[in-house]
Formats: sequence, C-alpha cells, structure tokens
Amino acid sequence: MSNEQRATSNETGSTRREVGKHIVTSVLMPPKGRPQSAVLTGVARISEAFARAKSAGHAAFIPYITVGHPDRETVAAVVPALIEAGADIVELGVPFSDPLADGVVIQRSTQAALANGVTLDYCLDEVRSLRRVGVTAPIVFLGYMNPIAQKGEEAFAALCAEAGVDGVIVADLPPEEAGDLRAACARHGVALIAMLAPTSTEKRIAQVAALATGFVYCVGLTGVTGARDALATDLRGYLDRVRARVSVPIAVGFGISRPEHVASVGAMADGVIVGSALVKRLDELPLAERASGAADFVRWLMGE
Amino acid sequence: MVQTRAETADAYLDTLPPPAEFPDARGRYGRFGGQYAPETLMPALDELETAYHEARNDPAFLRKMGDLRRHYVGRPTPTYHAQALSERLGGAQIWLKREDLAHTGAHKINNALGQGLLAKRMGKPRVIAETGAGQHGVAAATVCAMLGLECIVYMGEVDIARQSLNVFRMKLLGATVVPVSSGSRTLKDALNEAIRDWVTNVRTTYYIIGTVAGMHPYPMIVRDFQAIIGQEARAQLLAQAGRLPDVVLACVGGGSNAMGMFHAFVPDVSVRLIGVEAAGRGIETGAHAASIVAGRVGVLHGSRTYVIQDADGQIMETHSISAGLDYPGVGPELAWLADADHAQYVGITDAEALEALQVLSQAEGIIPALESAHAIAHAIKIAPTLPKEAIIAVCLSGRGDKDMGTVADALGVTLT
Repeated sequence: MSNEQRATSNETGSTRREVGKHIVTSVLMPPKGRPQSAVLTGVARISEAFARAKSAGHAAFIPYITVGHPDRETVAAVVPALIEAGADIVELGVPFSDPLADGVVIQRSTQAALANGVTLDYCLDEVRSLRRVGVTAPIVFLGYMNPIAQKGEEAFAALCAEAGVDGVIVADLPPEEAGDLRAACARHGVALIAMLAPTSTEKRIAQVAALATGFVYCVGLTGVTGARDALATDLRGYLDRVRARVSVPIAVGFGISRPEHVASVGAMADGVIVGSALVKRLDELPLAERASGAADFVRWLMGE
Repeated sequence: MVQTRAETADAYLDTLPPPAEFPDARGRYGRFGGQYAPETLMPALDELETAYHEARNDPAFLRKMGDLRRHYVGRPTPTYHAQALSERLGGAQIWLKREDLAHTGAHKINNALGQGLLAKRMGKPRVIAETGAGQHGVAAATVCAMLGLECIVYMGEVDIARQSLNVFRMKLLGATVVPVSSGSRTLKDALNEAIRDWVTNVRTTYYIIGTVAGMHPYPMIVRDFQAIIGQEARAQLLAQAGRLPDVVLACVGGGSNAMGMFHAFVPDVSVRLIGVEAAGRGIETGAHAASIVAGRVGVLHGSRTYVIQDADGQIMETHSISAGLDYPGVGPELAWLADADHAQYVGITDAEALEALQVLSQAEGIIPALESAHAIAHAIKIAPTLPKEAIIAVCLSGRGDKDMGTVADALGVTLT
C-alpha cells in the first residue's frame, strides 16, 4: 500500500511541477549556433574524462551515491562537492525495491530513497538540475531493469540524453538481454556500460568487448556490493584477462573502501569506483556537513 | 489426444518430460522468461543448464531419481475421486491429485529431490534455498539431509513468524535457517537474499530455487521435475475415470505445482487449464498476490513476467493468507500460457480459501494447505455450473498441518 501512496504523491506533488519547468529549461538550453568546444555529452564525455585522468597520471575516480539518500537534498549538495574534490565521473544510483546485486549498505540506502519518494523521473530531474547549475562532469546512472522496462527502453534512453545522463549501468542486464536498451542508447548517444565479473569466461569477455561503449565495469570480487577489508587476491590476473580483449577503459568497483584499495586498483585499472563506503559515510554526516564531509572523504580516498 | 489405458502412472517415474517448444534457446517463453541476472551468475547459469541436459540424458541419473521417487517420496501419489464433495456440490465430479501425500507433505519434494541430485552430480557441497511457506525449505532440507549436503535456507521474518512449525522442521533436519529482514520480509526478499548468497558463493554453491520463476534455466528445470504431477494425474484419470478431465485447476504463487500439473495437459485442447491466484482481501483492495490477474509485465528475479508493481516499476508488497502464494511475480511459462490463451487465471480471496479448507476437511476428511485451498475454492465455485459427467481435476499441492495456527487465528480460535 505504501508504494501506491508514494506513486500518487509523486504525481501530484512538487515533483510534477518541477518536471515541467525543467523540460522547458532544457529544451532552451543547447544554444544553437554558438560553437561549443567543451560541451561533450554521452559516450564522448565519458571517454574524455578517462583520457583527462590518464593524461594527469591517475585512474579516473568514480564515486557512487544513491539518489535521494539520506534525503532529497543530497544530490544537489553533494555531487558538485564530489567533483570539486576530484571525482572524474559520478555514478548515481536509481533506487529499486529489490536490489539483488547489492549488499546491505546500498540496500538500506535505496530503501531510504524509496521512502523519500524517489522515482526514476525524480532521478532524471536531479540530473537536469545539476546540468543547469553548470555541472559538466560525466554522470552515469546505476540501476535495475524493471524501472527502465516500465519507462520503455527508447523513452528511457531519450530522457537520459535530454536530462544529461551520459551512461547507464544496469546490474541485472547481461549482454544477452541488453539488445533493446543497447540499440536505444546508441540512438541517443548514451553509453550502455557493460559489466564483467571474476567469474566471466573468455567467451563472455570477448562478447562484452565487442559491444562495450563508454567503459567496462569490472566487478572486483565474487559477491555483492559492500566494503571489504581486503581486495580479491586474483584481481590482477582477472583484469589482465579483461584488458587483453577490451579496448575501452576499464573501471573496477565492489568492495573498494580505503585509500590503499584506491591506490592499488588505480594502478591496475583506468577507473576506481567507490560506492558503499561513501554511502555509509553520508549516513554519518549531518546535513550541514554533508557536502564538505563527502568531499573530505573523497580526498582521503584519493590519498590527498 | 490419445486416450490409452496402457499408460500407467508409474511409467513416468524414471523419466523427465521430452524437450518442449518452450523455452527457446534464449530461455524465453514467447515474450516472457530470459536471464536478467548479474554478470557474476551468468557462467553459473550456463554451467547449470549444461549439467541439467547431461543429467536428463543419463540413464543412471534417471534411474536414481525414479528409485527415490518410488521409495523415498512415495510416488505415484493417488488421484482421488472426491465423491462426497462432488455430490454435495451437485455438479461436476471433483478429482484430487494427492500431492499432500508425498513425503514432507507437499509437491515441493519433487523439485527438491531432482535438484538435490543435480547438485550432488555437479559436486557442489553447499546448497541454498529460499522459502515462503516453508514447504520448499523443508523439502530442500530433507533432500540435503538424505544426500549429505549442507543446506542454508533463506526465509523472510514475516514468514518465519507465521510458519514457525516449518522453521523447527528445517532445523531438525539439520538446515540453517537465515532470517531475512530486508524489504517486505517475505518470499521475494528471501529470493533476493538467496541470489545474493549465490552471487557471493557461486563456485561452491548450488541454488535450489523452489518455483518455476527466476532466470533461465530454472523455470524449465523446476517444471521438468514437477511435470510428474500432471503425467501421473493424466494417466490415473484415463485409468480410473476413463477419460481426460474437462478442467484442470491448480493454485498459482510462483507456480510450480500449477506448471507441474498443467504441463502434461497443455497439448490436450479439450482440457481447460485454470490457474488460481491469491486475491487476498480482494483485488480491488490492492492487498493481493494475483500477478497475472492484476499485475503488469516487468522484470523480477531474473525473468520477464507478470509482476505486481507501482507506476515507477517498484515491486509492491503483496498479501495472501497463504505464505506460499504471497509472491509478486509468477513463472514465465504460466505468463506465456495466459498470453497464448492455453490457460485462464482467476483470483480467490483469503475468505474463500478459508471456507474451502473447512469444506474439504469436513466433506472428505482431507485438510488441504491454504495454498491448495485456493484451487479447491475455485472448484467449489464452478462445479455446480458444470454437468455431473464433467471432471474437474484439482492439484491438491500440500497438506494443511503447517497452517493450523493461521487458520485458528483467522477463525478466532486460541490454540494452547
């Protein structure tokens, strides 16, 4: 029953009015005729971020937060601070009621987000707001298939492109099932970022290599998301197998929670993703210190 | 359809059904099914499919399965003509496929046995399972005890509270029961948690999913191990009633007893297949678990199927008096049977199921599980509308002992 109430309140509340406002704004936003050197979008913006990090001599740092967690103000306050602190790409979690690839920290964050009334439309709105205030770093959604399927693959990809979402990662969408979304994303210049795991066979790595856009998300351990004390011991061998076949950048996530993890993974991969550790940190920070605290946490992870 | 008396019920015990039109090579049943799984599991799903195909073509595996079906499970289970109930209703003849008489008291053992043997064959020492009512958990724990496998069962906290007897049975059988406190704390969350365990321990662990839902190849494997229900019932009706039934009824939560009962009858065009979903407090109240009757197509637990969800695609909490039907999805093949018009689906409320449980208990001396009582309730509803010669075959998927606390509560009786 609470889900129904939630859906109703979202349709009638302030979110709806904001949607309209933002659509108007975003339609007017790309100023035709003005040559834009810096405004890359989608796949190109992601590639550029990896290239820039590489030329600066480090792996791209990619923090994850769940939209609407701990509260609805978080994205607007925290994302600019993460970028200011050195994040190269930002991953935004689109909450789903049944996140079966996530450990308990991200599960709790998505449940809190849903309780805060967060929907896919709200997530798109938050990205529109970030773009409007001048955030130019690549933004990537991470979510599950069902909310996307309800929106429709084509509509979803179109909305991502229009709102300023550059890439999409879907935790329960292996390449076998990704055909429709891949085609829709390709039509709109949005990267559909494939995942690989330590259990992936050579055949599956080759399959992903042939289709990859943006970057490949290498799950760093056999398990669900969540901080671990130590990283997988066979990580290098696994990443070498991926590197041998994949031409786009590879980023590693799952279990990375400490500066020494970031440093050691950063030496092996093109990008380092930190999720649960940051989500947990956000929970501990009072609202007034959330942005500065998140930025401090990112600097600490990056070894500054 | 061939109506031959030569087919006896025990002719099927050493077999699995021949490959069917569906699933196709991609694990699809029309637009349903598939493999919406995290990448980590994809190689394991491939490995499972390969192992299953090898096993089903291995006479030694089939012999072992048949032997245990006979002497451990107690198959074939009878098909019983409920004459007193039929007479009382004054219409069609009701026949009951007595899965309640199988070892552990429900059809769940058919699948647990098959997959347990598969786990053993694949050399996986550790078995995990999810359970709602506890029947699948008990069946998995039973088979693991017999085969010497470690067994961990995930169960929602809400279900643990309403099925404490089955929790105790699982522990007695040597299984570890892990309470699941996430989400709605029922079957769907137990499935999520089992999948998370499998993602983490996939190399050593076999996941015995309890129903025809989930990612390919599970809906096919579970169907094949459950198909013995309908194969036997069909042969028994031909032998005992002299003809095929007009209607076949089964309750549908995830749908394993329904798929098992229906599978042998799908080619029989004269047989109407009706799946009975849990209408809970009434479809209009929103407090139900009727995925096909009242859900929309979506993706849940690795499969595209009918799902009870809100406008944003969030899975909604369901309600049924019976824990085993309290699930927001349904097996993809049952969804396809609806699309193809091979089966119809109806809803039965908590109150109707409770009433049917009492009617069957008093008319026939058989106390059905609350899940099965949903199918009985629909038989009670339609029997008077059909001629006396008509035959309704109902899958009595389990016995009611586990539900006595719930039933007593609902009837306002205090058990001491």
